[in-house]
Amino acid sequence: MGASNTVLVSNDEQQGLFRVARKAFTDQEILKGEYDEVFNKCWLYVGHESEVAKKGDFVRRIVAKRNLVFNRDMDGNLNAFFNTCPHRGAEVCREAKGNSKHFTCMYHGWIFSASGELKSLPGEERYSADFKAQKRGNLVPVPRFENYRGMCFVNFDLNACSLVEYLGNAKEYLDLVLDQSSEGMTIISGQQDYAIRANWKLLVENSNDGYHAAMTHATYLDYLANTHAKGNEVALKGVGRELGGGHAVVEYTAPWGRPIANSIPIWGEEGKQEMNRIHARLVAEHGKEKADRICFKNRNLLIFPNLVINDIMAVTFRTFYPTAPNYMNVSGWAIAPLNETEWARKYRINNFLEFLGPGGFATPDDVEALESCQAGYANSLEAGNEWNDISKGMGMDAMYDDEIQMRSFWKEWNRRLKDAVK
Amino acid sequence: MSLPTRSEVEDFLFLEADLLDSWQLKDWLKLYTQDCEYQVPSTDLPRDANPETSLFYIADDFMRLEQRVIRLGKKTMWSEYPRSKTRHLVTNVRVLGHEGEDIKVKANFVVYRTKWENTDVYVGSYDMILRRSADGLKIRKKRSTLDLDGLRPQGRVSILL
Repeated sequence: MGASNTVLVSNDEQQGLFRVARKAFTDQEILKGEYDEVFNKCWLYVGHESEVAKKGDFVRRIVAKRNLVFNRDMDGNLNAFFNTCPHRGAEVCREAKGNSKHFTCMYHGWIFSASGELKSLPGEERYSADFKAQKRGNLVPVPRFENYRGMCFVNFDLNACSLVEYLGNAKEYLDLVLDQSSEGMTIISGQQDYAIRANWKLLVENSNDGYHAAMTHATYLDYLANTHAKGNEVALKGVGRELGGGHAVVEYTAPWGRPIANSIPIWGEEGKQEMNRIHARLVAEHGKEKADRICFKNRNLLIFPNLVINDIMAVTFRTFYPTAPNYMNVSGWAIAPLNETEWARKYRINNFLEFLGPGGFATPDDVEALESCQAGYANSLEAGNEWNDISKGMGMDAMYDDEIQMRSFWKEWNRRLKDAVK
Repeated sequence: MSLPTRSEVEDFLFLEADLLDSWQLKDWLKLYTQDCEYQVPSTDLPRDANPETSLFYIADDFMRLEQRVIRLGKKTMWSEYPRSKTRHLVTNVRVLGHEGEDIKVKANFVVYRTKWENTDVYVGSYDMILRRSADGLKIRKKRSTLDLDGLRPQGRVSILL
Protein backbone atom coordinates (compact mmCIF):
# COMPACT_ATOMS: atom_id res chain seq x y z
CA MET A 1 0.00 0.00 0.00
CA GLY A 2 2.96 2.34 0.45
CA ALA A 3 2.15 5.67 2.11
CA SER A 4 -0.12 5.81 5.13
CA ASN A 5 -3.51 7.50 5.12
CA THR A 6 -4.45 5.93 1.83
CA VAL A 7 -8.00 6.97 1.11
CA LEU A 8 -10.04 3.96 0.04
CA VAL A 9 -13.52 5.44 0.37
CA SER A 10 -14.19 9.09 -0.35
CA ASN A 11 -17.54 10.58 0.61
CA ASP A 12 -18.14 14.19 -0.48
CA GLU A 13 -21.77 14.90 0.29
CA GLN A 14 -21.55 18.54 -0.83
CA GLN A 15 -20.38 17.53 -4.29
CA GLY A 16 -22.68 14.53 -4.33
CA LEU A 17 -19.67 12.34 -5.00
CA PHE A 18 -18.99 8.96 -3.36
CA ARG A 19 -16.01 7.04 -4.61
CA VAL A 20 -14.26 3.76 -3.80
CA ALA A 21 -10.64 3.14 -4.73
CA ARG A 22 -10.34 0.27 -7.21
CA LYS A 23 -7.33 -0.82 -5.20
CA ALA A 24 -9.91 -2.15 -2.72
CA PHE A 25 -10.68 -4.88 -5.26
CA THR A 26 -7.15 -5.85 -6.21
CA ASP A 27 -4.84 -5.44 -3.25
CA GLN A 28 -3.50 -8.40 -1.27
CA GLU A 29 -2.90 -6.28 1.87
CA ILE A 30 -6.50 -5.13 1.82
CA LEU A 31 -7.66 -8.73 1.58
CA LYS A 32 -5.60 -9.52 4.66
CA GLY A 33 -7.13 -6.52 6.41
CA GLU A 34 -10.59 -7.75 5.49
CA TYR A 35 -9.99 -11.08 7.22
CA ASP A 36 -8.50 -9.34 10.26
CA GLU A 37 -11.09 -6.60 10.66
CA VAL A 38 -14.23 -7.87 8.98
CA PHE A 39 -14.51 -11.65 8.69
CA ASN A 40 -12.72 -12.32 11.98
CA LYS A 41 -14.93 -9.88 13.91
CA CYS A 42 -18.38 -9.84 12.32
CA TRP A 43 -21.27 -12.27 12.75
CA LEU A 44 -21.16 -14.71 9.85
CA TYR A 45 -23.98 -16.98 8.69
CA VAL A 46 -23.10 -20.66 9.10
CA GLY A 47 -26.38 -22.41 8.33
CA HIS A 48 -30.08 -22.83 9.03
CA GLU A 49 -31.36 -25.06 11.79
CA SER A 50 -33.50 -26.98 9.28
CA GLU A 51 -30.30 -28.34 7.72
CA VAL A 52 -29.64 -30.18 10.97
CA ALA A 53 -33.24 -30.87 11.92
CA LYS A 54 -32.69 -34.22 13.66
CA LYS A 55 -30.45 -35.17 16.56
CA GLY A 56 -27.07 -36.17 15.16
CA ASP A 57 -27.48 -34.28 11.86
CA PHE A 58 -24.35 -32.46 10.75
CA VAL A 59 -23.04 -30.42 7.84
CA ARG A 60 -19.48 -29.44 7.11
CA ARG A 61 -19.05 -25.75 6.31
CA ILE A 62 -16.20 -23.51 5.28
CA VAL A 63 -16.70 -20.12 6.97
CA ALA A 64 -14.06 -17.40 6.58
CA LYS A 65 -11.41 -20.03 5.75
CA ARG A 66 -12.29 -22.06 8.87
CA ASN A 67 -13.36 -25.64 8.43
CA LEU A 68 -16.39 -26.10 10.70
CA VAL A 69 -18.89 -28.75 11.67
CA PHE A 70 -22.40 -27.39 12.25
CA ASN A 71 -24.54 -29.99 13.99
CA ARG A 72 -27.34 -30.90 16.36
CA ASP A 73 -26.17 -33.02 19.26
CA MET A 74 -28.06 -35.84 20.97
CA ASP A 75 -29.58 -33.39 23.47
CA GLY A 76 -30.98 -31.40 20.54
CA ASN A 77 -28.60 -28.46 20.97
CA LEU A 78 -27.04 -26.75 17.96
CA ASN A 79 -23.24 -26.44 17.85
CA ALA A 80 -20.46 -25.24 15.60
CA PHE A 81 -17.06 -26.86 16.15
CA PHE A 82 -13.74 -26.41 14.48
CA ASN A 83 -13.33 -29.51 12.35
CA THR A 84 -9.95 -30.55 13.62
CA CYS A 85 -8.81 -33.23 16.04
CA PRO A 86 -7.33 -31.71 19.21
CA HIS A 87 -4.65 -34.41 19.04
CA ARG A 88 -2.80 -33.83 15.76
CA GLY A 89 -5.22 -31.90 13.63
CA ALA A 90 -6.94 -34.19 11.14
CA GLU A 91 -10.55 -33.39 10.32
CA VAL A 92 -12.96 -35.32 12.52
CA CYS A 93 -15.78 -34.92 10.00
CA ARG A 94 -14.96 -35.90 6.43
CA GLU A 95 -18.42 -35.94 4.90
CA ALA A 96 -20.32 -32.94 3.55
CA LYS A 97 -23.44 -33.86 5.54
CA GLY A 98 -24.96 -36.77 7.39
CA ASN A 99 -26.14 -38.05 10.74
CA SER A 100 -23.92 -39.44 13.46
CA LYS A 101 -23.88 -39.77 17.23
CA HIS A 102 -20.15 -39.29 17.22
CA PHE A 103 -17.17 -38.18 15.17
CA THR A 104 -14.15 -40.43 14.81
CA CYS A 105 -10.74 -39.14 13.82
CA MET A 106 -9.37 -41.32 11.00
CA TYR A 107 -5.77 -40.77 12.09
CA HIS A 108 -5.51 -42.27 15.61
CA GLY A 109 -9.11 -43.13 16.37
CA TRP A 110 -10.09 -40.52 18.94
CA ILE A 111 -13.87 -40.54 19.24
CA PHE A 112 -15.99 -37.48 20.10
CA SER A 113 -19.64 -37.19 21.02
CA ALA A 114 -21.96 -35.04 18.90
CA SER A 115 -21.56 -32.38 21.60
CA GLY A 116 -17.79 -32.45 21.20
CA GLU A 117 -16.54 -34.32 24.29
CA LEU A 118 -13.72 -36.78 23.85
CA LYS A 119 -15.36 -40.13 24.59
CA SER A 120 -12.51 -42.54 24.02
CA LEU A 121 -9.03 -42.78 22.64
CA PRO A 122 -6.93 -45.86 21.87
CA GLY A 123 -4.13 -46.36 24.40
CA GLU A 124 -5.83 -44.20 26.99
CA GLU A 125 -3.69 -45.81 29.75
CA ARG A 126 -0.64 -44.13 28.22
CA TYR A 127 -2.11 -40.67 28.99
CA SER A 128 -2.34 -39.04 32.41
CA ALA A 129 -5.21 -40.37 34.53
CA ASP A 130 -7.23 -37.16 34.31
CA PHE A 131 -6.60 -36.54 30.61
CA LYS A 132 -10.26 -36.63 29.60
CA ALA A 133 -11.31 -34.67 32.68
CA GLN A 134 -8.95 -31.86 31.67
CA LYS A 135 -11.11 -31.45 28.54
CA ARG A 136 -8.05 -30.64 26.48
CA GLY A 137 -9.07 -33.46 24.20
CA ASN A 138 -12.54 -32.06 23.43
CA LEU A 139 -13.48 -30.53 20.11
CA VAL A 140 -13.18 -26.77 20.22
CA PRO A 141 -16.42 -24.83 19.69
CA VAL A 142 -16.35 -21.56 17.76
CA PRO A 143 -15.89 -18.61 20.12
CA ARG A 144 -19.46 -17.38 19.61
CA PHE A 145 -22.50 -19.13 18.18
CA GLU A 146 -26.01 -17.64 18.13
CA ASN A 147 -29.32 -18.50 16.52
CA TYR A 148 -31.79 -15.88 15.28
CA ARG A 149 -35.12 -17.56 14.50
CA GLY A 150 -33.40 -20.57 12.97
CA MET A 151 -30.61 -18.69 11.23
CA CYS A 152 -27.33 -19.68 12.87
CA PHE A 153 -24.32 -17.41 12.95
CA VAL A 154 -20.77 -17.70 14.26
CA ASN A 155 -18.36 -15.05 15.40
CA PHE A 156 -14.63 -15.64 15.84
CA ASP A 157 -14.34 -12.62 18.14
CA LEU A 158 -15.16 -13.61 21.71
CA ASN A 159 -15.87 -9.96 22.57
CA ALA A 160 -18.37 -9.29 19.79
CA CYS A 161 -21.75 -7.78 20.65
CA SER A 162 -24.79 -10.07 20.64
CA LEU A 163 -26.18 -11.22 17.29
CA VAL A 164 -29.47 -9.40 17.85
CA GLU A 165 -27.65 -6.18 18.60
CA TYR A 166 -25.48 -6.73 15.51
CA LEU A 167 -28.50 -7.28 13.25
CA GLY A 168 -30.00 -3.99 14.47
CA ASN A 169 -32.40 -2.43 11.98
CA ALA A 170 -31.93 -5.32 9.56
CA LYS A 171 -34.06 -7.44 11.89
CA GLU A 172 -37.26 -5.79 10.62
CA TYR A 173 -36.49 -7.02 7.09
CA LEU A 174 -35.26 -10.43 8.18
CA ASP A 175 -38.54 -10.86 10.04
CA LEU A 176 -40.51 -10.08 6.86
CA VAL A 177 -38.81 -13.14 5.35
CA LEU A 178 -39.00 -15.38 8.41
CA ASP A 179 -42.63 -14.46 9.11
CA GLN A 180 -43.68 -16.05 5.82
CA SER A 181 -44.45 -19.17 7.84
CA SER A 182 -45.55 -19.42 11.47
CA GLU A 183 -44.22 -22.99 11.46
CA GLY A 184 -40.71 -21.98 10.49
CA MET A 185 -38.68 -21.94 7.32
CA THR A 186 -36.64 -24.71 5.73
CA ILE A 187 -33.69 -24.94 3.40
CA ILE A 188 -34.63 -26.85 0.23
CA SER A 189 -32.19 -29.68 -0.52
CA GLY A 190 -29.65 -28.81 -3.20
CA GLN A 191 -26.85 -26.36 -2.45
CA GLN A 192 -25.53 -24.23 -5.26
CA ASP A 193 -21.78 -23.89 -4.83
CA TYR A 194 -19.94 -21.86 -7.42
CA ALA A 195 -17.07 -19.45 -7.79
CA ILE A 196 -16.57 -16.08 -9.41
CA ARG A 197 -13.25 -14.82 -10.69
CA ALA A 198 -13.80 -11.43 -9.11
CA ASN A 199 -13.48 -9.59 -5.81
CA TRP A 200 -16.09 -10.57 -3.22
CA LYS A 201 -17.28 -6.99 -2.71
CA LEU A 202 -18.45 -6.88 -6.31
CA LEU A 203 -21.03 -9.51 -5.37
CA VAL A 204 -22.03 -7.48 -2.30
CA GLU A 205 -22.77 -4.54 -4.59
CA ASN A 206 -24.40 -6.65 -7.28
CA SER A 207 -26.76 -8.49 -4.95
CA ASN A 208 -28.86 -5.40 -4.19
CA ASP A 209 -28.13 -3.32 -7.27
CA GLY A 210 -31.42 -2.27 -8.86
CA TYR A 211 -29.64 -0.11 -11.41
CA HIS A 212 -28.09 -2.95 -13.43
CA ALA A 213 -31.25 -4.98 -14.03
CA ALA A 214 -32.43 -3.35 -17.25
CA MET A 215 -29.06 -3.73 -18.95
CA THR A 216 -27.40 -6.83 -17.49
CA HIS A 217 -30.64 -8.79 -17.31
CA ALA A 218 -32.19 -7.62 -20.57
CA THR A 219 -32.65 -11.21 -21.74
CA TYR A 220 -34.34 -12.20 -18.47
CA LEU A 221 -36.70 -9.23 -18.70
CA ASP A 222 -37.43 -10.18 -22.36
CA TYR A 223 -38.22 -13.68 -21.14
CA LEU A 224 -40.53 -12.37 -18.43
CA ALA A 225 -42.29 -10.11 -20.91
CA ASN A 226 -42.81 -13.09 -23.26
CA THR A 227 -44.08 -15.42 -20.57
CA HIS A 228 -44.87 -14.56 -16.95
CA ALA A 229 -45.47 -10.85 -17.13
CA LYS A 230 -48.21 -11.12 -19.73
CA GLY A 231 -51.20 -9.40 -18.17
CA ASN A 232 -49.10 -8.48 -15.15
CA GLU A 233 -47.27 -5.32 -16.16
CA VAL A 234 -46.10 -4.30 -12.68
CA ALA A 235 -43.33 -1.72 -12.73
CA LEU A 236 -40.01 -2.17 -10.98
CA LYS A 237 -40.41 0.55 -8.37
CA GLY A 238 -39.35 1.10 -4.79
CA VAL A 239 -36.85 2.42 -2.28
CA GLY A 240 -33.31 1.84 -1.01
CA ARG A 241 -32.48 2.06 2.69
CA GLU A 242 -29.35 2.28 4.77
CA LEU A 243 -29.91 0.22 7.91
CA GLY A 244 -26.78 1.04 9.92
CA GLY A 245 -23.85 -1.24 10.68
CA GLY A 246 -23.30 -1.66 6.95
CA HIS A 247 -26.62 -3.49 6.50
CA ALA A 248 -28.85 -2.26 3.69
CA VAL A 249 -31.94 -3.14 1.71
CA VAL A 250 -33.89 -2.31 -1.41
CA GLU A 251 -37.64 -2.90 -1.27
CA TYR A 252 -39.73 -2.75 -4.43
CA THR A 253 -42.53 -4.07 -6.61
CA ALA A 254 -41.71 -6.16 -9.69
CA PRO A 255 -43.42 -7.94 -12.59
CA TRP A 256 -42.63 -11.49 -11.45
CA GLY A 257 -44.81 -13.79 -9.37
CA ARG A 258 -43.92 -14.63 -5.77
CA PRO A 259 -44.86 -18.00 -4.29
CA ILE A 260 -45.59 -16.12 -1.09
CA ALA A 261 -48.86 -14.84 -2.37
CA ASN A 262 -48.29 -12.67 -5.40
CA SER A 263 -49.81 -14.71 -8.21
CA ILE A 264 -49.40 -13.99 -11.90
CA PRO A 265 -51.79 -14.94 -14.71
CA ILE A 266 -49.61 -17.79 -16.00
CA TRP A 267 -50.17 -19.64 -12.68
CA GLY A 268 -53.85 -20.02 -13.53
CA GLU A 269 -56.81 -20.42 -11.21
CA GLU A 270 -55.06 -23.01 -9.01
CA GLY A 271 -52.18 -20.64 -8.39
CA LYS A 272 -54.47 -17.72 -7.73
CA GLN A 273 -56.47 -19.65 -5.15
CA GLU A 274 -53.34 -20.95 -3.48
CA MET A 275 -51.89 -17.43 -3.27
CA ASN A 276 -55.20 -16.04 -1.93
CA ARG A 277 -55.17 -18.68 0.83
CA ILE A 278 -51.62 -17.76 1.85
CA HIS A 279 -52.42 -14.06 1.78
CA ALA A 280 -55.50 -14.59 3.95
CA ARG A 281 -53.43 -16.58 6.46
CA LEU A 282 -50.79 -13.86 6.61
CA VAL A 283 -53.46 -11.16 7.07
CA ALA A 284 -54.87 -13.16 9.98
CA GLU A 285 -51.42 -13.58 11.52
CA HIS A 286 -49.92 -10.14 10.89
CA GLY A 287 -52.66 -7.72 9.81
CA LYS A 288 -53.27 -6.49 6.27
CA GLU A 289 -50.53 -3.87 6.08
CA LYS A 290 -47.72 -6.23 7.02
CA ALA A 291 -49.20 -9.13 5.03
CA ASP A 292 -49.31 -6.94 1.91
CA ARG A 293 -45.71 -5.97 2.48
CA ILE A 294 -44.63 -9.60 2.92
CA CYS A 295 -46.48 -10.65 -0.23
CA PHE A 296 -46.23 -7.83 -2.72
CA LYS A 297 -42.83 -6.28 -1.98
CA ASN A 298 -39.49 -7.75 -2.95
CA ARG A 299 -36.46 -7.31 -0.75
CA ASN A 300 -32.76 -7.58 -1.45
CA LEU A 301 -31.17 -7.45 1.98
CA LEU A 302 -27.49 -7.36 2.87
CA ILE A 303 -26.41 -8.36 6.37
CA PHE A 304 -22.90 -6.96 6.62
CA PRO A 305 -20.50 -8.19 5.46
CA ASN A 306 -21.51 -11.11 3.25
CA LEU A 307 -24.97 -12.52 3.89
CA VAL A 308 -27.34 -11.76 1.05
CA ILE A 309 -31.02 -12.52 1.54
CA ASN A 310 -32.94 -11.94 -1.63
CA ASP A 311 -36.67 -12.30 -1.14
CA ILE A 312 -37.68 -11.93 -4.75
CA MET A 313 -39.34 -14.47 -7.11
CA ALA A 314 -38.07 -17.04 -4.60
CA VAL A 315 -35.98 -16.59 -1.46
CA THR A 316 -32.26 -17.19 -1.55
CA PHE A 317 -29.56 -17.01 1.11
CA ARG A 318 -26.09 -16.50 -0.28
CA THR A 319 -22.67 -16.19 1.37
CA PHE A 320 -19.27 -15.82 -0.21
CA TYR A 321 -15.64 -15.59 0.85
CA PRO A 322 -12.56 -14.42 -0.99
CA THR A 323 -9.58 -16.72 -1.40
CA ALA A 324 -7.71 -14.05 -3.36
CA PRO A 325 -8.47 -10.42 -4.30
CA ASN A 326 -9.80 -11.67 -7.65
CA TYR A 327 -11.56 -14.89 -6.62
CA MET A 328 -14.46 -15.86 -4.37
CA ASN A 329 -16.32 -19.02 -3.47
CA VAL A 330 -20.09 -18.59 -3.35
CA SER A 331 -22.73 -20.80 -1.72
CA GLY A 332 -26.42 -20.31 -2.41
CA TRP A 333 -29.50 -21.89 -0.91
CA ALA A 334 -33.24 -21.72 -1.48
CA ILE A 335 -35.31 -21.22 1.66
CA ALA A 336 -39.06 -21.82 1.88
CA PRO A 337 -41.95 -22.00 4.34
CA LEU A 338 -41.69 -25.40 6.05
CA ASN A 339 -45.17 -26.65 5.26
CA GLU A 340 -46.03 -24.97 1.97
CA THR A 341 -48.06 -27.05 -0.50
CA GLU A 342 -46.48 -29.17 -3.21
CA TRP A 343 -47.84 -26.69 -5.72
CA ALA A 344 -46.17 -23.73 -4.04
CA ARG A 345 -42.87 -25.59 -3.60
CA LYS A 346 -42.81 -26.61 -7.24
CA TYR A 347 -43.47 -23.08 -8.46
CA ARG A 348 -41.01 -21.64 -5.96
CA ILE A 349 -38.24 -23.86 -7.28
CA ASN A 350 -39.27 -23.13 -10.84
CA ASN A 351 -39.13 -19.39 -10.15
CA PHE A 352 -35.76 -19.73 -8.44
CA LEU A 353 -34.16 -21.54 -11.35
CA GLU A 354 -35.48 -19.09 -13.89
CA PHE A 355 -33.52 -16.20 -12.44
CA LEU A 356 -31.15 -17.40 -9.77
CA GLY A 357 -28.11 -19.58 -9.58
CA PRO A 358 -25.39 -20.51 -12.05
CA GLY A 359 -27.86 -22.08 -14.50
CA GLY A 360 -30.51 -19.34 -14.25
CA PHE A 361 -31.38 -16.71 -16.83
CA ALA A 362 -29.75 -13.93 -14.80
CA THR A 363 -26.96 -15.00 -12.43
CA PRO A 364 -24.55 -16.09 -15.21
CA ASP A 365 -24.72 -12.56 -16.59
CA ASP A 366 -24.00 -11.14 -13.14
CA VAL A 367 -20.98 -13.44 -12.95
CA GLU A 368 -19.87 -12.14 -16.34
CA ALA A 369 -20.35 -8.51 -15.27
CA LEU A 370 -18.36 -8.98 -12.06
CA GLU A 371 -15.52 -10.72 -13.89
CA SER A 372 -15.58 -7.91 -16.44
CA CYS A 373 -15.23 -5.30 -13.67
CA GLN A 374 -12.30 -7.24 -12.25
CA ALA A 375 -10.68 -7.33 -15.70
CA GLY A 376 -11.21 -3.57 -15.97
CA TYR A 377 -9.35 -3.00 -12.70
CA ALA A 378 -6.15 -4.03 -14.47
CA ASN A 379 -6.19 -0.37 -15.57
CA SER A 380 -6.38 1.18 -12.11
CA LEU A 381 -2.77 2.28 -11.91
CA GLU A 382 -3.21 5.12 -14.38
CA ALA A 383 -4.76 8.46 -13.46
CA GLY A 384 -8.48 8.66 -14.12
CA ASN A 385 -9.02 4.94 -13.54
CA GLU A 386 -8.41 4.74 -9.80
CA TRP A 387 -11.97 5.16 -8.58
CA ASN A 388 -15.39 3.54 -8.78
CA ASP A 389 -18.32 5.94 -8.63
CA ILE A 390 -21.09 5.00 -6.20
CA SER A 391 -22.89 8.38 -6.17
CA LYS A 392 -26.25 7.57 -7.70
CA GLY A 393 -29.11 9.16 -5.76
CA MET A 394 -26.93 11.08 -3.27
CA GLY A 395 -28.84 13.87 -1.55
CA MET A 396 -32.15 12.63 -2.95
CA ASP A 397 -34.89 10.31 -1.70
CA ALA A 398 -33.32 6.91 -2.34
CA MET A 399 -34.95 4.83 -5.05
CA TYR A 400 -34.54 1.05 -5.39
CA ASP A 401 -32.16 1.62 -8.31
CA ASP A 402 -29.94 4.15 -6.54
CA GLU A 403 -26.72 3.25 -4.75
CA ILE A 404 -27.43 4.18 -1.13
CA GLN A 405 -27.35 0.50 -0.15
CA MET A 406 -23.81 0.17 -1.51
CA ARG A 407 -22.69 3.33 0.23
CA SER A 408 -24.02 1.80 3.44
CA PHE A 409 -21.76 -1.22 2.96
CA TRP A 410 -18.73 0.84 1.99
CA LYS A 411 -19.01 3.23 4.94
CA GLU A 412 -18.96 0.33 7.39
CA TRP A 413 -16.22 -1.45 5.46
CA ASN A 414 -14.14 1.72 5.54
CA ARG A 415 -14.78 2.30 9.25
CA ARG A 416 -13.39 -1.14 9.97
CA LEU A 417 -10.54 -1.09 7.47
CA LYS A 418 -9.19 2.43 7.41
CA ASP A 419 -6.88 2.13 10.40
CA ALA A 420 -5.86 -1.42 9.63
CA VAL A 421 -4.64 -0.82 6.10
CA LYS A 422 -1.80 1.61 5.64
CA MET B 1 -40.00 -52.59 -30.20
CA SER B 2 -36.46 -53.02 -31.48
CA LEU B 3 -33.79 -51.11 -29.62
CA PRO B 4 -31.52 -48.85 -31.64
CA THR B 5 -27.94 -50.10 -31.87
CA ARG B 6 -25.19 -48.42 -29.94
CA SER B 7 -23.77 -47.08 -33.23
CA GLU B 8 -27.09 -45.52 -34.08
CA VAL B 9 -27.32 -43.87 -30.65
CA GLU B 10 -23.68 -42.78 -30.82
CA ASP B 11 -24.23 -41.15 -34.20
CA PHE B 12 -27.20 -39.32 -32.72
CA LEU B 13 -25.31 -38.14 -29.63
CA PHE B 14 -22.32 -37.09 -31.74
CA LEU B 15 -24.67 -35.06 -33.94
CA GLU B 16 -26.11 -33.42 -30.83
CA ALA B 17 -22.59 -32.58 -29.60
CA ASP B 18 -21.64 -31.15 -32.98
CA LEU B 19 -24.73 -28.92 -33.12
CA LEU B 20 -23.88 -27.59 -29.67
CA ASP B 21 -20.22 -26.97 -30.43
CA SER B 22 -21.07 -25.20 -33.69
CA TRP B 23 -23.73 -23.12 -31.90
CA GLN B 24 -26.54 -24.36 -34.18
CA LEU B 25 -28.85 -24.25 -31.22
CA LYS B 26 -32.17 -23.96 -33.04
CA ASP B 27 -31.33 -27.17 -34.88
CA TRP B 28 -30.19 -28.67 -31.59
CA LEU B 29 -33.57 -27.90 -30.03
CA LYS B 30 -35.28 -29.83 -32.83
CA LEU B 31 -33.72 -32.99 -31.37
CA TYR B 32 -35.95 -32.61 -28.29
CA THR B 33 -39.58 -33.67 -27.88
CA GLN B 34 -42.29 -31.17 -26.95
CA ASP B 35 -42.63 -32.87 -23.55
CA CYS B 36 -38.88 -32.95 -22.91
CA GLU B 37 -37.00 -32.43 -19.66
CA TYR B 38 -33.48 -31.02 -19.57
CA GLN B 39 -31.80 -31.13 -16.17
CA VAL B 40 -28.54 -30.40 -14.40
CA PRO B 41 -28.81 -31.30 -10.68
CA SER B 42 -26.87 -29.48 -7.98
CA THR B 43 -23.75 -31.44 -7.18
CA ASP B 44 -24.71 -32.45 -3.62
CA LEU B 45 -27.95 -34.20 -4.57
CA PRO B 46 -28.55 -37.96 -4.78
CA ARG B 47 -28.91 -39.61 -8.23
CA ASP B 48 -32.69 -39.91 -7.93
CA ALA B 49 -33.31 -36.28 -6.88
CA ASN B 50 -36.57 -34.71 -8.04
CA PRO B 51 -36.44 -31.14 -9.42
CA GLU B 52 -39.90 -30.40 -8.00
CA THR B 53 -38.65 -30.90 -4.46
CA SER B 54 -34.89 -30.25 -4.72
CA LEU B 55 -32.90 -27.32 -6.06
CA PHE B 56 -31.09 -28.11 -9.32
CA TYR B 57 -28.88 -25.83 -11.38
CA ILE B 58 -31.20 -26.32 -14.34
CA ALA B 59 -34.59 -28.05 -14.64
CA ASP B 60 -36.19 -26.98 -17.93
CA ASP B 61 -39.29 -28.15 -19.73
CA PHE B 62 -39.54 -27.56 -23.49
CA MET B 63 -40.89 -24.03 -23.04
CA ARG B 64 -37.99 -22.90 -20.89
CA LEU B 65 -35.44 -24.80 -22.94
CA GLU B 66 -36.73 -22.97 -26.00
CA GLN B 67 -36.42 -19.66 -24.11
CA ARG B 68 -32.89 -20.69 -23.09
CA VAL B 69 -32.02 -21.19 -26.75
CA ILE B 70 -33.58 -17.84 -27.68
CA ARG B 71 -31.57 -16.21 -24.90
CA LEU B 72 -28.36 -17.89 -26.08
CA GLY B 73 -28.94 -16.34 -29.50
CA LYS B 74 -28.91 -12.76 -28.23
CA LYS B 75 -25.98 -10.39 -28.04
CA THR B 76 -27.34 -9.22 -24.68
CA MET B 77 -26.77 -12.73 -23.28
CA TRP B 78 -23.56 -11.39 -21.85
CA SER B 79 -22.15 -14.56 -20.37
CA GLU B 80 -22.17 -16.22 -23.81
CA TYR B 81 -21.60 -13.22 -26.02
CA PRO B 82 -18.91 -13.07 -27.20
CA ARG B 83 -19.48 -16.81 -27.50
CA SER B 84 -17.33 -19.26 -25.64
CA LYS B 85 -15.60 -22.10 -27.44
CA THR B 86 -16.96 -25.45 -26.37
CA ARG B 87 -16.16 -29.07 -27.13
CA HIS B 88 -18.43 -31.92 -26.06
CA LEU B 89 -16.73 -35.32 -25.82
CA VAL B 90 -19.33 -38.08 -25.46
CA THR B 91 -18.15 -41.58 -24.56
CA ASN B 92 -19.07 -44.86 -22.82
CA VAL B 93 -22.42 -44.91 -24.62
CA ARG B 94 -24.74 -47.72 -23.57
CA VAL B 95 -28.28 -48.55 -24.65
CA LEU B 96 -29.75 -49.94 -21.46
CA GLY B 97 -33.17 -51.07 -22.64
CA HIS B 98 -36.62 -49.67 -23.03
CA GLU B 99 -39.86 -49.13 -21.15
CA GLY B 100 -42.63 -48.79 -23.68
CA GLU B 101 -41.55 -46.07 -26.12
CA ASP B 102 -38.79 -44.82 -23.82
CA ILE B 103 -35.29 -45.92 -24.77
CA LYS B 104 -32.88 -45.62 -21.85
CA VAL B 105 -29.37 -44.48 -22.68
CA LYS B 106 -26.41 -43.74 -20.50
CA ALA B 107 -23.20 -41.99 -21.56
CA ASN B 108 -20.30 -40.06 -20.10
CA PHE B 109 -19.22 -36.59 -21.08
CA VAL B 110 -16.46 -34.07 -20.79
CA VAL B 111 -17.31 -30.56 -21.93
CA TYR B 112 -14.59 -27.95 -22.26
CA ARG B 113 -15.58 -24.30 -22.24
CA THR B 114 -13.01 -21.64 -23.07
CA LYS B 115 -13.55 -17.93 -22.66
CA TRP B 116 -11.30 -15.03 -21.68
CA GLU B 117 -8.32 -17.40 -21.65
CA ASN B 118 -9.88 -19.66 -19.03
CA THR B 119 -10.65 -23.24 -19.95
CA ASP B 120 -13.20 -24.83 -17.64
CA VAL B 121 -14.09 -28.49 -17.57
CA TYR B 122 -17.54 -29.98 -16.97
CA VAL B 123 -17.34 -33.73 -16.45
CA GLY B 124 -20.15 -36.14 -15.71
CA SER B 125 -22.70 -38.56 -17.06
CA TYR B 126 -25.83 -38.34 -19.17
CA ASP B 127 -28.97 -40.25 -18.25
CA MET B 128 -31.20 -39.97 -21.28
CA ILE B 129 -34.54 -41.13 -22.49
CA LEU B 130 -34.81 -41.28 -26.28
CA ARG B 131 -37.84 -41.83 -28.46
CA ARG B 132 -38.16 -42.89 -32.06
CA SER B 133 -40.06 -40.50 -34.30
CA ALA B 134 -40.83 -40.22 -38.01
CA ASP B 135 -37.64 -38.20 -38.49
CA GLY B 136 -35.32 -40.25 -36.33
CA LEU B 137 -34.40 -40.36 -32.66
CA LYS B 138 -35.54 -37.58 -30.31
CA ILE B 139 -34.59 -36.70 -26.75
CA ARG B 140 -37.41 -36.98 -24.25
CA LYS B 141 -35.16 -36.46 -21.22
CA LYS B 142 -31.56 -35.55 -20.60
CA ARG B 143 -30.12 -35.34 -17.12
CA SER B 144 -26.48 -34.23 -16.96
CA THR B 145 -25.06 -35.19 -13.59
CA LEU B 146 -21.79 -33.43 -12.88
CA ASP B 147 -18.95 -35.28 -11.16
CA LEU B 148 -17.91 -32.07 -9.45
CA ASP B 149 -18.15 -30.65 -5.92
CA GLY B 150 -19.79 -27.48 -7.23
CA LEU B 151 -19.10 -25.09 -10.08
CA ARG B 152 -15.67 -24.04 -8.87
CA PRO B 153 -14.08 -22.47 -10.74
CA GLN B 154 -16.59 -22.75 -13.62
CA GLY B 155 -18.96 -20.29 -11.96
CA ARG B 156 -21.90 -20.98 -14.26
CA VAL B 157 -23.64 -23.40 -16.60
CA SER B 158 -24.47 -20.79 -19.19
CA ILE B 159 -23.73 -23.26 -21.99
CA LEU B 160 -25.77 -26.36 -22.80
CA LEU B 161 -24.18 -29.57 -21.55
